Amino acid sequence: MALDLKTKALKKSLSVFHLSTGSCNNCDIEILDCLTPRFDIERFGMTLAGSIKHADVLLVTGIVTVKNLSRIKVLYQQMPKPGFVVAIGGCACTGGIFRDGYQMAGPLDRVIPVDVYIPGCPPKPEAMIAGIVKLLEKIK
Amino acid sequence: MDTVKRLQERFDGKIRNISLHSDKRIYVDIDKDDLIEFVKFVFIDLDARFITASGIDLLDNMEILYHFSMDRSDVVVSLRTLLDRENPEIESIVPVVKGASNIEREMYELLGIKFKNHPDLKRFLTDDSLDVVYPLRKDAKRQVKQ
Amino acid sequence: MKKVVVPLGPYHPLFEEPEYFELYCDGELVVDVEWKAGYNHRGIEKISESKHWDQVTFLIERICGICSTSHPIAYCNAVEDLLKMDIPERAKYIRSIIGELERIHSHLLWAGLAGHFLGYNTVFMWAWKYREPILDIMEMITGNRNHYAMMKIGGVRRDIENEDIPIMKKILDELKPKLEMLTNAVLDDPVLAARLKGVGVLTKQNIKDYGALGPIARASGVDIDVRRDSPHAAYDLVEWDVVLCQEGDVFSKAVVRLGECFESIKIIEQCLDRLTKIKGEISFEVREIPPGEGIGHYEAPRGECFHYVRSDGTSRPFRHKIRAPSYANIPTFKASCVGQTISDVTIILAGVDPCYCCTERAITVYDASTKKKLFNGKDLILLSQEKTKKIKKQLGFKDV
Repeated sequence: MALDLKTKALKKSLSVFHLSTGSCNNCDIEILDCLTPRFDIERFGMTLAGSIKHADVLLVTGIVTVKNLSRIKVLYQQMPKPGFVVAIGGCACTGGIFRDGYQMAGPLDRVIPVDVYIPGCPPKPEAMIAGIVKLLEKIK
Repeated sequence: MDTVKRLQERFDGKIRNISLHSDKRIYVDIDKDDLIEFVKFVFIDLDARFITASGIDLLDNMEILYHFSMDRSDVVVSLRTLLDRENPEIESIVPVVKGASNIEREMYELLGIKFKNHPDLKRFLTDDSLDVVYPLRKDAKRQVKQ
Repeated sequence: MKKVVVPLGPYHPLFEEPEYFELYCDGELVVDVEWKAGYNHRGIEKISESKHWDQVTFLIERICGICSTSHPIAYCNAVEDLLKMDIPERAKYIRSIIGELERIHSHLLWAGLAGHFLGYNTVFMWAWKYREPILDIMEMITGNRNHYAMMKIGGVRRDIENEDIPIMKKILDELKPKLEMLTNAVLDDPVLAARLKGVGVLTKQNIKDYGALGPIARASGVDIDVRRDSPHAAYDLVEWDVVLCQEGDVFSKAVVRLGECFESIKIIEQCLDRLTKIKGEISFEVREIPPGEGIGHYEAPRGECFHYVRSDGTSRPFRHKIRAPSYANIPTFKASCVGQTISDVTIILAGVDPCYCCTERAITVYDASTKKKLFNGKDLILLSQEKTKKIKKQLGFKDV
């Protein structure tokens, strides 16, 4: 019951934390782009959190590199529950062009459970907003 | 062509071969024991900028190319050294070129080349969790984890 | 002496490698910095050996999202150097246009994030707003906002249609007054001057030692620019200047970067004019790559991108060495951070522009002896923003 109340409250104000685990940082720029005047994701009540401990949603970009593997698991454990994981970009969803590399330990859903996938290289900010809105529908 | 002349004047006999790919790309084959002398000359006397070094696994040898750029004339001088593949070892150029520290650490972990007198030779990009030893070698294979 | 270790990172996606810095501090002062890289290491050089020569352009585009056309240009230069071939004139102009558009958007991105670290979110919002029209142009002519896939060995993949040129010119014309306003607002601001002048100074000797490149070298008075020194694409066919400063502090780096935006617009406008008059092919066919080696470089927004390729006559590179500009620029922290206060470190890091694309970095400050947490990332940025407020007060500004 208490969990239901929390998810209900989540809908109005998602606090997102953004984590790069070996990306080309284009997805990261597009995430930041969502904050700036043209896309302005704050109108949906979303803000970027400074620490995973303050966040409801974990946005992950990039393949999971071998060096990052243990760290991303720790971060997932530290996330307050209920929490959601969004895989952004082709690399996080499937491994993309780097899937044959020796540093590849992903894709993300082999490491931690993923709720929403947003494919694209990089996904457009519109696609990201659409993905998050779908997440909101899922919470309902 | 000035550069070629100056190199030949200074190191008469020590240069094994100079090949000019074009006017602006000079490859100088040298002995690995003469490396520091050459680097000092190119970096300090010719006032070149150190670009990077690329280590190559040739299957029977190891090769390191040290690239230097003479910026205003757009000449890139590459010093080519050959190493033994079984036990690749060469003098570090960090005492002359500070900026070469990271690239030597990278070659140490990816190709397994040892650099003598490097102040801080340890892994740079990977850590123990990687299951490939010397991934940039041509015969690198994933190892089965214990 | 009791030292405090301040880890910066590692979730800090700077450039190809998100980095992890350890700052060793004595009180407020930084006494040493150590750089631990590799969290973003994807082994691109190895993957490149398993791709076809043509496929490699798509792979190396994904080295970095911001420089996603600089690496392909440098790679194509390298292969063309191996082949000793020239590219069609039209392709030269198109390469320069894409490269310069990228430079403008990259420098604006930097200005915004630097502003954010100083507590000037207005600059952040402004700069990123003015960056959008550039991305619109990119989407119009290449089909994607980033990762343009325009470069190809022997030329370019897509043409710029003549109908698009007036639209591009109009967008650039509209951008110019906005850029001027932004530049004046940033450079004339007394608070920013107090925060940036004399901070993180790099001397000419530092630049030579670490082999630093691009705007960082030019801010210290080292006159290098691959576009001018190594004529390729259309850079020797149009008129432009290299922007140079002498002081070497963060302020000069800002001056150089903002100045370069205007030079870029100048180059693009001339290229667009010429493009309307030239007709012809946009690429030459390359059937096979003979054995040999080639070196190519290109001036990316952050400095020289260096690519070395070796072919053994097969359809794949035998070795492909990539050196990105930040690889040489980041070690300069050792010279610029030491002796500065912690609150200045974020802006010095930003001054080098190692692709700051993540504002919510996982920064935590630990006390070295007790391992107790002192600050987190937000606090560090707050620390930096508070210093700006203090200076504002000293200068007699009302707190906003």
